[in-house]
Amino acid sequence: MAVIIDYDAGNLRSVQRACHEVGVDAEISADPERLRRADRIIFPGVGAAGSAMRSLRANGMDEALREAIRRGVPVFGICLGMQISLDHSEENDTDTLGVIAGEVRRFSFTRPELKIPHMGWNEVRVIKPHPLLQDVRPGDEFYFVHSYYPQPARPEDVFAVTDYEVEFACALGRDNYFGMQCHPEKSGRIGLKVLQRFAAWDGSC
Amino acid sequence: MLSKRIIACLDVRDGKLAKSVRFVDTRDIGDPVQKAREYYEDGLDELVFYDITASSDKRRIMLDVVEAVAEQVFIPLSVGGGVRTVADATDLRLAGAEKINVNSAAVQRPALIAECADAIGNQNVVLSMDIKAVPVSTLCPSGYEIVINGGRTPVGRDALAWALEGERLGAGELVVNAIDADGTREGYELKLTAMLAEAVRIPVIASGGAGKPEHLYDALTRGKADAALVASMVHFGDYRVSELKQYLHDRNVKMRMSW
Repeated sequence: MAVIIDYDAGNLRSVQRACHEVGVDAEISADPERLRRADRIIFPGVGAAGSAMRSLRANGMDEALREAIRRGVPVFGICLGMQISLDHSEENDTDTLGVIAGEVRRFSFTRPELKIPHMGWNEVRVIKPHPLLQDVRPGDEFYFVHSYYPQPARPEDVFAVTDYEVEFACALGRDNYFGMQCHPEKSGRIGLKVLQRFAAWDGSC
Repeated sequence: MLSKRIIACLDVRDGKLAKSVRFVDTRDIGDPVQKAREYYEDGLDELVFYDITASSDKRRIMLDVVEAVAEQVFIPLSVGGGVRTVADATDLRLAGAEKINVNSAAVQRPALIAECADAIGNQNVVLSMDIKAVPVSTLCPSGYEIVINGGRTPVGRDALAWALEGERLGAGELVVNAIDADGTREGYELKLTAMLAEAVRIPVIASGGAGKPEHLYDALTRGKADAALVASMVHFGDYRVSELKQYLHDRNVKMRMSW
């Protein structure tokens, strides 16, 4: 069964509902033991990096998650859940999990018409094939809500990009870990397709 | 580049869909869940439900509607109407709403905006403002005044000042609802929309008065809005959501065109 990590980071039921829609039985859990037995993990999240890391550390979920990733369990990070997989975030100057080498930075614009957060629908442009992105075609848009964006250190970890004044990595991964900045659970049919691919993914790419 | 959004607003009373004309007469026009699903399948970018149920003991009905919609519509869902406390907001979030709209209660007690932003995140708090044109005065230097209680009660507050205060308190988005235009289908209040969109750094949603595709074009270009809210023009079947998107796309407004 898939486990959705609960660490007090917002609306997890929307992820669960979307999983249900594509036929995936997903349980929401805050128990590190449950994580150790999971055969698939979704790491969602809306909120701030600092408090998210604190609550993950408080009950040992951070270690359980690293362990699961080492074991080869397919893991899907969404939004803040993805950002936490890098080494460090500028948000609350937080050291994060370090699964993907790199930094999370805050958008900073001089033109006032560029609003922060980057909120709404934007194109996810695939630059390198990945099993989870097989159905994504040029022009397909996903729903984003974020003020910080990931900057992976290794270019080979980037699978798709999005433009918002800067071009940033919106899909990244390494081995059995995959993460997206956008919200597949709120991105209509194409978002559900990504979740469906995740449900069938063996963790290789 | 970010796309402009089309948002359909569904007024719900006692679990049924209603549409108001100039905020006074409301008539039932069907099942909100079915309508939501229909728009979602036709490319709608976001949904707003407004609970206009008069009595508070019927609030459970609204939570059921939100829950039923969230189970089958996978785009952002925003809910407002009668949100007075953080508990109201979190109940709606649990039922499946992404964003929460606050309106009259925030005018009466502005701290509500900050409390909701703290509890559910700035990006999920939408400040919905009902606004009426008034003669310029020291009380309302922008020439626009905030009204509450479904447009019936002026509160002597300047619309521009309130928008800025709402942003400062933590609202993540503004709905600019021109009540003189609401339900008339004669076009959005462009001057008001542009004035507020230029003043704040959060997204602005134009609301009230949409009747033709060109009204949306005007709001998203001259009106400088990030999103356009539609109601009657799609609820009564005059236009389809996909048709509106195609019209705007053909005129170089950036739209999400595959769904």
